[in-house]
Amino acid sequence: MARNEHYDVLIVGGGPAGIAAACCAARAGRRVAIVDDNPAQGGQIWRGMTEEWTAATQSPLAASWLRRLREAKVEVLAGTQIVARPRDGVLLAETDADACLLAYDKLILAAGARERFLPFPGWTLPGVTGAGGLQSLVKSGLPIAGRRVAVAGSGPVLLAVADCLRDHGAEICLIAEQAPWPRLVRFGCGLIGSPGKLLQGAGYKWRLKTVRYRTGCWPVAAEGDGKLSSVTFHAGSKTRTVACDYLACGFGFVPSLELPTLLDCRLDGGAVWIDDWQETSVQGIYAAGETTGVGGVDLALIEGQIAGYAAIDCQDHAARLFRARERGRRFVGALDRAFALREELKSLATAETPVCRCEDVSRQQLEAYGSWREAKLQTRCGMGPCQGRVCGTAAEFLFDWQRESIRPPIFPADVGTLAEIRPLGKQPGK
Amino acid sequence: MSTKAADVVVIGAGIVGAACAWEFAREGMSVTLIDSGAPGGGATAAGMGHVAVMDDSEPQFALTRYSQQLWREIVDELPDDCEYETCGTLWIAADDEELAEVRRKQQAYTRRGIDAEVLDAAALARAEPNLRSGLAGALRVPGDLVVFPPCVARWLIAGATECGAQVRLGTAAVEISDRGVRLADDSLLPAGAIINATGHGAERLTPGLSLQPRKGHLAITDRYPGFIHHELIELGYLKSAAAVGTDSAAMNVQPRITGQMLIGSSRQTGQESTDVDMAILGRMLRRAMEYLPALARVSTIRTWTGFRAATADKLPLIGRCSSGQRSSQGRLYLATGHEGLGITMAPGTARLLVDAVMGRESAIPPEPYLPARLEKGDSA
Ligand SMILES: Cc1cc2nc3c(=O)[nH]c(=O)nc-3n(C[C@H](O)[C@H](O)[C@H](O)COP(=O)(O)OP(=O)(O)OC[C@H]3O[C@@H](n4cnc5c(N)ncnc54)[C@H](O)[C@@H]3O)c2cc1C
Ligand SMILES: Cc1cc2nc3c(=O)[nH]c(=O)nc-3n(C[C@H](O)[C@H](O)[C@H](O)COP(=O)(O)OP(=O)(O)OC[C@H]3O[C@@H](n4cnc5c(N)ncnc54)[C@H](O)[C@@H]3O)c2cc1C
Repeated sequence: MARNEHYDVLIVGGGPAGIAAACCAARAGRRVAIVDDNPAQGGQIWRGMTEEWTAATQSPLAASWLRRLREAKVEVLAGTQIVARPRDGVLLAETDADACLLAYDKLILAAGARERFLPFPGWTLPGVTGAGGLQSLVKSGLPIAGRRVAVAGSGPVLLAVADCLRDHGAEICLIAEQAPWPRLVRFGCGLIGSPGKLLQGAGYKWRLKTVRYRTGCWPVAAEGDGKLSSVTFHAGSKTRTVACDYLACGFGFVPSLELPTLLDCRLDGGAVWIDDWQETSVQGIYAAGETTGVGGVDLALIEGQIAGYAAIDCQDHAARLFRARERGRRFVGALDRAFALREELKSLATAETPVCRCEDVSRQQLEAYGSWREAKLQTRCGMGPCQGRVCGTAAEFLFDWQRESIRPPIFPADVGTLAEIRPLGKQPGK
Repeated sequence: MSTKAADVVVIGAGIVGAACAWEFAREGMSVTLIDSGAPGGGATAAGMGHVAVMDDSEPQFALTRYSQQLWREIVDELPDDCEYETCGTLWIAADDEELAEVRRKQQAYTRRGIDAEVLDAAALARAEPNLRSGLAGALRVPGDLVVFPPCVARWLIAGATECGAQVRLGTAAVEISDRGVRLADDSLLPAGAIINATGHGAERLTPGLSLQPRKGHLAITDRYPGFIHHELIELGYLKSAAAVGTDSAAMNVQPRITGQMLIGSSRQTGQESTDVDMAILGRMLRRAMEYLPALARVSTIRTWTGFRAATADKLPLIGRCSSGQRSSQGRLYLATGHEGLGITMAPGTARLLVDAVMGRESAIPPEPYLPARLEKGDSA
């Protein structure tokens, strides 16, 4: 039988939002745990950082939260992926070795966001990766020193990724931001209200000052024989081709909504609906961080704290953070407007460009159908192991298609896990 | 839009309605096919697509065999995405008692001209090494095949269109009357004959059919080519399929041409929600693991549910409907109630209906499937 655990407060997602929530909820002897599917804690941005390392570098913020997390005696279940809800108040999780049933009194969803990837000719060549994807690969050991990397897509994250890759020795040949310069200037002026962000942005800019940063610029084709050798960009009225070994590409983020949807939490405008206390439409289930709308690390930390306090009925502590959250949200609104995706990106994929990589389905095959469901049934688009995480998000942008309902497992899971019996055994060859 | 009467209006573009539209159009009749959603998006998108000869009763055998013959006439024309493959079926006997039943079935099949052989324990182990040891044997029916039903429905509809059929998707039929079929947008489709092929929801248009929706769960795995070679079904499945009123789960695992496996199957009555029920799903998967222990570490990528339309005597409703007679003046025909065999029986169902509408004799006796048999029972 599967292992059983019970927690007063269970937190899904070990990024900044989850860490902040855990630190605030772990009081008065409560049993609190964070589950995260990654073997290394920290979420996307703090992944694999240790307290000592962060304290010694420029990340005092991460250092202080990681210290608080250690002192708060929170159990961290790393490498543990939530895959289903067998019954109310219980989540089913899978690790490399076994399945476990995690029961909770209160649940905080902090499962973050994933990158939006838009298809263009050549995007499936080895060497073309997600922006955050390449960052994660490098953090977990991919050698990048001396390799030429183009970073493309949209949002401040491009600067963060470029900065991190450069730190690891990569040669950044171009940062291509699709948003037009005038919009960014307007956004820059609006930043005065958020000093922290301004400094962060300026810091990156300073360290990246020798790197070419082009606005109104986006990739139109990746070329190479078996692997990436160059990328052609649209820039102004011309195109230009840049030789490179990697293209790290991300067109903003979309909240991960599989788990909240499975738990019947109401959605609102592509994110989880929450009240002032970060509580979702389902009583006892809270949400914080990118699941409630993409807002960056500062807002994730504030929301996490509010959710953590509210879950243990410390409303007074939570309420003290409302003003900071309000400021954070205003910033996010401005960010969204500045980096909104332009219509031209909808025509990057040509008729033959694959949209669904798992099942190898081209744009032209999809265009014959009127809805995501019909296209899926007829072409197998979105039926592969990623269950439309990449192609469904792209199709939403390309064709305005709404995706269908979420089914368990929300991530591929062993038959033995879903059967709630999982003796150790060998994986059969694929 | 034109109000000229079509010879036939088919309501429902699942596998059954699609097959009907195709057969009528091929006969040169003017056909209009309507569906509230996408073609093949109902039970047809949920079913396993196993086209099997079954012998629960004489009429069930007659219609499944007839239909399988008709399937064989089209499979070579099906495009690749219809995922057609003749993998055959192994009906697995767990013990000697079940093996005795396997022997009886083998004789019944061969007597009626269907290829079937008995595998003993050793032959079964050789044929399917991933089955647990200690099983008694199996009945191998080599001619059974599998398809991917929604793409077949699309292909049939395209064939009907080529013969001039009109297709209207995205609008529901709301009423069948003496004037024709009224749609949700208030338009009226006059018709010579009307086919209600709306699956388990057929009673919404034709009340009083006593159809019972039976919910089923399925799971699909990642790709493991060669893990199994036949559709594997425990012999107890037949009991599970026949039992009425109790929840059941039986081992039924199918190899897909993609290398994936489809794991089934459960039956539940009195359910309305389309949500996956983790308790019955778990039971179904544990049952499959009892036969195929190595499934424990096989990766599942999705699960889903669907509804089968069950009738009281386990046979479909095919033919003229007398209960709706008054309002539709004897022009209403039914094509539903196929329970877990609608994919298999779709081509035979369509032929029986064409014969009924055209007043021709059928290749098999149509009486056992006529809706009147159950209506009489009701009033008696
Ligand atoms: C790919 C990527 C790269 C980014 N890079 C930067 C950057 O360099 N600089 C920057 O300022 N911002 C970056 N961001 C944005 C930044 O991470 C967020 O603003 C902030 O971390 C939000 O915190 P969070 O806790 O909501 O989400 P996250 O930090 O994304 O944490 C969510 C965690 O939950 C886990 N998880 C999700 N679902 C499950 C499940 N079902 N079971 C178990 N665990 C689960 C995930 O693996 C992840 O570790 C990045 C975001 C992404 C998605
Ligand atoms: C889990 C499971 C496994 C199965 N496995 C197999 C198998 O291996 N082999 C086999 O032979 N069978 C199998 N079946 C059974 C098979 O799937 C069904 O019998 C078959 O799909 C029924 O087809 P249909 O066309 O009658 O119904 P449906 O496919 O449900 O089609 C009905 C159509 O009517 C439309 N509709 C409904 N109401 C209206 C309205 N008012 N106006 C307009 N349109 C309307 C719907 O949108 C739908 O498209 C299985 C079923 C399940 C649930």
